Amino acid sequence: MATTEVQFEDHIAHHGADDHDHDHEHHDNFITKYIFSTDHKMIGKQYLITGIFWAILGGALSLIFRLQLGFPEMQLEWLRPILGKWITETGSIDPEFYLALVTMHGTIMVFFVLTAGLSGTFSNYLIPLQIGARDMASGFINMLSYWFFFLSSVIMLSSLFIETGPAMGGWTVYPPLSALEVAIPGSGLGMTLWLVAMSFFIISTLLGGINYITTVINLRTRGMSFSKLPLTIWAFFLTAVIGLLAFPVLFSGALLLIFDRSFGTSFYLSDIYIAGEALPNVGGSPILYQHLFWFLGHPEVYIVLLPALGITSEIIATNSRKPIFGYRAMIGSLLGITILSFVVWAHHMFVSGLNPFLGSIFMFLTLIIAVPSAVKVFNYLATLWRGNIIFTPAMLFSIGLVSVFISGGITGIFLGNSAIDIQLHDTYFVVAHFHLVMGSASFFGLMAGVYHWFPKMFGRMMSNRLGYVHFWLTFIGVYLVFFPLHYIGIAGFPRRYYSFTNFDAFSGFTDLNMFVTVSAFITFGAQFLFLFNFFYSMYKGRIAPLNPWRSNTLEWTTPLNPGHGNWPGVIPTVYRWPYDYSKPGSEEDFIPQTVPYALTPESNLPHEDELVDREKEQDAIVVDDNQS
Amino acid sequence: MFEIIIGIGALLVLLIIYMIFRVFTLMNVVKGNDKNQDDERVSVNNKINAWMFMAVLFLGFGLFFWYSYTRFDEYVLPVASVHGIEYESIFWITTAVTGIVFVLTHILLFYFPFRYRFKNDAKALFYPDNTKLEIAWTIIPAIVLSILVFSGWRVWSDITEKAPDNAEVVEIVGYQFAWAVRYPGQDKQLGDFDFRLIDAENQLGMDFTDKASFDDFIPQELHIPKGQPVLFKIRARDVLHSVFVPHFRLKMDAVPGMPTRFWFTPTKSTAEMRAELNDPEFNYELACTEVCGRGHFSMRFIIVVDEPEEYAKWYAEQASWLSQNEEYLAKIPVELREVAMISAGIEDKTKKEIKEEVKASF
Ligand code: HEM
Ligand SMILES: [Cu+2]
Ligand SMILES: [Cu+2]
Repeated sequence: MATTEVQFEDHIAHHGADDHDHDHEHHDNFITKYIFSTDHKMIGKQYLITGIFWAILGGALSLIFRLQLGFPEMQLEWLRPILGKWITETGSIDPEFYLALVTMHGTIMVFFVLTAGLSGTFSNYLIPLQIGARDMASGFINMLSYWFFFLSSVIMLSSLFIETGPAMGGWTVYPPLSALEVAIPGSGLGMTLWLVAMSFFIISTLLGGINYITTVINLRTRGMSFSKLPLTIWAFFLTAVIGLLAFPVLFSGALLLIFDRSFGTSFYLSDIYIAGEALPNVGGSPILYQHLFWFLGHPEVYIVLLPALGITSEIIATNSRKPIFGYRAMIGSLLGITILSFVVWAHHMFVSGLNPFLGSIFMFLTLIIAVPSAVKVFNYLATLWRGNIIFTPAMLFSIGLVSVFISGGITGIFLGNSAIDIQLHDTYFVVAHFHLVMGSASFFGLMAGVYHWFPKMFGRMMSNRLGYVHFWLTFIGVYLVFFPLHYIGIAGFPRRYYSFTNFDAFSGFTDLNMFVTVSAFITFGAQFLFLFNFFYSMYKGRIAPLNPWRSNTLEWTTPLNPGHGNWPGVIPTVYRWPYDYSKPGSEEDFIPQTVPYALTPESNLPHEDELVDREKEQDAIVVDDNQS
Repeated sequence: MFEIIIGIGALLVLLIIYMIFRVFTLMNVVKGNDKNQDDERVSVNNKINAWMFMAVLFLGFGLFFWYSYTRFDEYVLPVASVHGIEYESIFWITTAVTGIVFVLTHILLFYFPFRYRFKNDAKALFYPDNTKLEIAWTIIPAIVLSILVFSGWRVWSDITEKAPDNAEVVEIVGYQFAWAVRYPGQDKQLGDFDFRLIDAENQLGMDFTDKASFDDFIPQELHIPKGQPVLFKIRARDVLHSVFVPHFRLKMDAVPGMPTRFWFTPTKSTAEMRAELNDPEFNYELACTEVCGRGHFSMRFIIVVDEPEEYAKWYAEQASWLSQNEEYLAKIPVELREVAMISAGIEDKTKKEIKEEVKASF
């Protein structure tokens, strides 16, 4: 606590009093610089690297179960060295292990890759840099947040290797299945580890979240009002707010599950006869768990999506060389989504036995949330219109994001409609839907962000060509993998099925399933282009120019490899919004946020001319300082 | 079929790799190396990427429409219930409306990058907002969505309405890893149950202190009459399961401790469906759609839709569970045993047996 306060005051001091002396922060040894670092940039990179590790693992798990779905007859004896007894005598995957794979794949992708890897990386890395702060409000809490995440990762990973296998009840871990070890072996130690890991994960998210929120509210540089914040920051800020409100509910849900599992309570359990005996539990309700889970679970999809939308807003504006269209409407939609995301959770429970009247309410609320999402899409389109578009790999991934966001969003309109959801719920249609709108969209946002901010992170450029090939293979790949699942879903194929041969109704589409599996392998393979590009460029890439994308935001005013404290001198003052691209009258097609209106009389709009005088009054000294 | 799709996929991938590498080599030859990229704001790659958007747009839509058209009968299951017809209509209305949005937005999304790709002498239009436009594209989706919601809500209300009084009641119980069904018998009343009464024979925990239980029967197949409302009363014995009959557009979770229900009216008998599909093997299938453990993928149960007369005949032929498990008579309070034997049809059987014994003794 003491450290926290000192640091906090330290930053206030830097921030307020234009303190030039940061030399005391530069004596880092290996441990404090790379491991127990409190520098937000290093923590962001730690999140990124850990996230990449998880993404490879999560992807690899999906390939194993895709093999089972695409080629059910295939001999998988060669996997025995890795999977051991989970390969049956006949050389196929054990049905319980199949469920374990699906569960771990979902958990890893949603929480460890797209929550920690995306939000953790970019909120940490970009918030101080883009709002003009020396660091997060509390570097120490920030460090704790990473290490709780790391601890959580270690526990979750270890659950893959235990005798009875990891959790097997799906990433939603609905009780009673997840509460009773006799129901499935994964509900034993594996599930305990899952719950412990998730508890640490939640702590990590909360620690990160309060930090992001405090930092954005308190540490913005002079002139950086909320109406001048880049959309990235708005998105990270609101994401943190959602997380802060939603994750504690998951925590309580998990806690009650822990009680039911270990201490004989009956929150979720009632009227159960299993393995030849009637359990003593009465009065609980499995539906209660579903409410608690989805009260987080639905906001969670926006926790993974909003940062991606923020990142692409920034990248699309920069590379269209145009202001983002409807800056205010974009913020408005983010706010709308934030609020509405809390009142739609029960659309996951239309056929759970929920009161049909509640079903109607949640159908109305759910379809309202489609409106701000549609507005965002139209605004992206309007931003592209009559731009002067430069296709960096980041830009391609951003356009790709808009595409998968549309495709996946549209199927959301089907599923949000309770009458249609009766048939489609828990079929492959849902799998197609969320892989596009949540999985692919957020993944594309992550990729776009890495390509865009790599030069800032590592001071070097990634190869564009490899980036292009990577993009096109990935973009076409995800469509070839996930689009066909819609047909399979409309045909009624249920999800989390080990095999479809037991049913006449689900015996078709073997060719399509094969095709999807082959496409998944190609798409996964294409990610190695990225990995190579990423690690190679880190050491061997071309040295980056200071502002490679000619962008307006503050991070590009820092030195090539910013040290602890980000700006060697005074933190620059901000005079304008971040989207003055291609302003009429201006020589260049961008005007950074740090350029006062006083210096750009040729391009000022009438109301901006009026601001010139106020700029002088307030910031005369600072402006001088900057130029000396 | 599979070869064609795989072929197209592989071709597409190869084409992209080829195009991009091809241009790289050309570029290298022309420029010596690619470091001069810095002098110009964009390289020739910008044009290639722009064209790629057009190529993907046309190929993508081509594949989409072709596959959706040629495989239509495979992914759209025939409908066999009254509300299923309503379901189909809102499904296809939603598909049409969103399909148009999907196509239009994608045309713009891929055409704009192509059309407005970077040109050295061009300048982007500084166009930060347009309130009217933004209001328009907030209101229009809102209206369209309202219409969709409203039609969905009407169908939802119909489906979830209270079941008619004359509905045929069938109880469906999910357990690891199968289904059991129970019929109310001649009295049309399902007997009570209690999970604590479950044992190796009495798998559904029927409570034989309740008179309504005596004539309940538990058959191996689920029969329902065509054209009459049917009410499924659904429960689970151990973990969550979910009753899903794709041809009826019917799904409802089975929850331990909280019975649920779903009612509907089947419109095509199994025989009619067999004729329609030209598949003498066809059967309606009930599947589980809530992950429940190892055997989740194998919880299949056959549903037979009969003509009403056939159904009545089948129903009358079913022997009560009690009559097949007479030892449970012992669990019935003494004063009710007489009644139990009558309504379970046991007495009849014993009388017959006695007659036969008498005959045999002569
Ligand atoms: C290599 C790319 C991927 C492939 C081939 C893939 C494939 C699949 C498939 C086929 C399933 C359904 C299995 C079933 O229900 O039986 C599944 C489940 C899931 N996937 Fe992926 N996926 C991929 C990437 C992702 C990503 C990026 C996310 C991030 C959101 C994700 C999140 C999930 C979730 C949440 C589930 C549900 C798990 C559950 O049912 O409990 N996947 N994946
Ligand atoms: Cu949701
Ligand atoms: Cu199941």
